[in-house]
Amino acid sequence: MHIPDGFLSTTTWVSAWTVSAGGLGCCLRTAGRAMQDRMVPLMGVLSAFIFAAQMINFPVMGGTSGHLLGGVLAAVLLGPWAGAVVIACVLIFQCLVFQDGGLTSLGANILNMALVGTVGGYFLYRLVTKLLGGQKGIVTGAVLAAWFSVVAAASLCALELAISGTSPLGLVLPAMVVVHAVIGIGEGMVTGLIVSFILKTRPDLIYRGQGTGVRVQGEEPEYGKAEGGLDEKA
Amino acid sequence: MRKREIVIGIAAALSIALFLSPFASSWPDGLEKVAKDLGFIEKGEGAEVLKAPIPDYKFPGLESEGISTALSGTIGTLAMFGIGFGVARLLRRKGQ
Repeated sequence: MHIPDGFLSTTTWVSAWTVSAGGLGCCLRTAGRAMQDRMVPLMGVLSAFIFAAQMINFPVMGGTSGHLLGGVLAAVLLGPWAGAVVIACVLIFQCLVFQDGGLTSLGANILNMALVGTVGGYFLYRLVTKLLGGQKGIVTGAVLAAWFSVVAAASLCALELAISGTSPLGLVLPAMVVVHAVIGIGEGMVTGLIVSFILKTRPDLIYRGQGTGVRVQGEEPEYGKAEGGLDEKA
Repeated sequence: MRKREIVIGIAAALSIALFLSPFASSWPDGLEKVAKDLGFIEKGEGAEVLKAPIPDYKFPGLESEGISTALSGTIGTLAMFGIGFGVARLLRRKGQ
């Protein structure tokens, strides 16, 4: 749902640029504090993977297609702040090199997908992992949050279009939510598959709160081994 | 991540970009479809502020759309690895 130039009114895109510049600044500062050496190559690989995956449009209902957003996937592995930075980098790159999403609407696209989708999605993921616990909690949380991130970003996009006077909210909001509720199922499935695969092969790559890789209180002890073996593996 | 895992990760991303992207659905995405249905798609036509070097992942001068997309995907994937890695290193240095 990369908004092109021309869809948003000047007031809307300038406001969205301002909010997302501030938000991204906060993300960069916080991500810097939470960044660990072992996360550096992971952030490179994830940026590459999410860019590639975003090129693959899969068909959904009624002659519509959708592609992975990847925000929750990035946040589950890198934390919400670095995750948002990854999505913002992908969006900026797509806009400047491939004209995928407009330059005026880049602020809105970052706000919808990198900030609200990724950071918002991450907090839903944390809530579900806390409620359910264990590996099941991580996978369920990732799936639900991935679906939510797409629908939340689409809703905000509809709101921006309505504020711009492009389309009335009563029409554009339900239309965007219905289509993206279906696209979000794909997002949830892909995110869930990748997160379960990483849980099986490298559970230590899952982000567990800020700091130096110290386990957050209340986390499952079954990861103790993987966490402990982290330095030798890195 | 071990070196081998980094290579596998990049290889996976590259294979998606190289081999899957030419087969991606060309149907309009969710927003485009809604814009068409609700009749505001033309608002975006000719409204581009910036002329990107490779608009819509199509290399200027390349006939085959499939090859063009695969090439865009490959270049983009490698560049994004560099960008992600570079930003992460900068963040790591600043955060210390």
